[in-house]
Amino acid sequence: MPFLKKVWYITWKDIRSEFRTKETMTSMLIFALLVLVIFSFAFNPTPTETKRIFPGIIWVGFFFAGVLGLNRSFARERENDCLAGLMLAPVDRSAIYFGKVLGNSLFMLVVELVTLPVFIVFFDYSVRGSLVALGLIFLLGTFGFVAVGTFLSALATNTRTSEILLPIILFPIIIPVVIAVVQATASIFAGASWSAATLLWVKVLVAYDVIFLVVPFLLFEYLLEV
Amino acid sequence: MIVEKIDLNLDQGTFLTILGPNGAGKTTLLKILSGLVPPTSGVVEFNGRNLHEDSIQVRSRIGVISHRPFLYESLSAWENLYFYGRMYDVGDLDRRIPEILGQVGLELFAREPVGNFSRGMVQRLSIARAIIHDPEALFLDEPFTGLDQQATEILSSVLGRFKTRSRTVVMVTHNFEQALALSDLVMILNRGRMVYLGPVQELDLTLLKELYRRAVEGDR
Repeated sequence: MPFLKKVWYITWKDIRSEFRTKETMTSMLIFALLVLVIFSFAFNPTPTETKRIFPGIIWVGFFFAGVLGLNRSFARERENDCLAGLMLAPVDRSAIYFGKVLGNSLFMLVVELVTLPVFIVFFDYSVRGSLVALGLIFLLGTFGFVAVGTFLSALATNTRTSEILLPIILFPIIIPVVIAVVQATASIFAGASWSAATLLWVKVLVAYDVIFLVVPFLLFEYLLEV
Repeated sequence: MIVEKIDLNLDQGTFLTILGPNGAGKTTLLKILSGLVPPTSGVVEFNGRNLHEDSIQVRSRIGVISHRPFLYESLSAWENLYFYGRMYDVGDLDRRIPEILGQVGLELFAREPVGNFSRGMVQRLSIARAIIHDPEALFLDEPFTGLDQQATEILSSVLGRFKTRSRTVVMVTHNFEQALALSDLVMILNRGRMVYLGPVQELDLTLLKELYRRAVEGDR
């Protein structure tokens, strides 16, 4: 329990900080909406095409916006060397990772919640399927993306080109999440919310999320000491 | 190798000052002692506990004041202290935070974001952050550098209180006068090696400067 409390305090600090500056959420929201507008003008899709590409478009928008948030995540700790302050605190250093993952996931979920209806209206898309299933896929997909992204953000933060480096090392690793989350979302939007195909992609996402929670848990302390 | 062959035993309540030229390894030694950087070989023990194996327990008893304040500029002074207080499991923060803000003269700025603070105010808040959990040992890296008069007086009084309460202090500085005024022991470090360690009672300013010159030049 004390460990979870420390995780929560780190998340609390990030949320509080974000409420003051609004820099991460604002940039993520604007970016996601820009992607929406650009895709809309670039493809100008027919209703049939929209049906096919819509799940991919929304997740590309979310992931691109998410990278902006991940870049800020540890940049905030670099100011005044706050990361050293966290490392000196009497807490297992993996709590820093989990606190950041929780905060980043919340930020990204809020962006998804705000922009998804705009995407739906803009593309004139009629959504079918179970909201519970859709919520589950959004949680698993977001969590998988953020779990890897937070770890790599910590890795990249001490480099001079961290903003460029993070997407370059992140996107190849999250390809399984991208495929699984887009396929599962497409399946739900097609009305087959709890079909075998959807459940298969859910299993892929769960496996990915578990792996990328355990690996950083074991490696994060060493990563901070590099 | 940045720091090597350091064999040191500090009794509780000792005030050790580490002197040495730039690049001597003073900050690295302080980082190793505070648990920020693990040693590649050797051990650091605190009250019989191995710093590396029992790091959470040991870190809870240590405070660090560095060149950098470790403070979040978007959070207020209160929020920064609340956050660090929670991380160090400090009880009754509603009483502790006003008390400690009073000690550093910032009680009127509790709700002000740190980003609006002057440099001196940030440094005073950094002192409050480092001692909010009432540590048994305090590690300071050139703590007086760039401090305004008020912050200097506050830090001196904090260190004085630490000394009277038999708390251990390790301070890195370039200031010989401060070393003589505050310390029990003086260490001179050069090229990562301890070239002098002795009690301050046997020293005056001239002798310390001469010792320093000889230790540093003799090691070239």
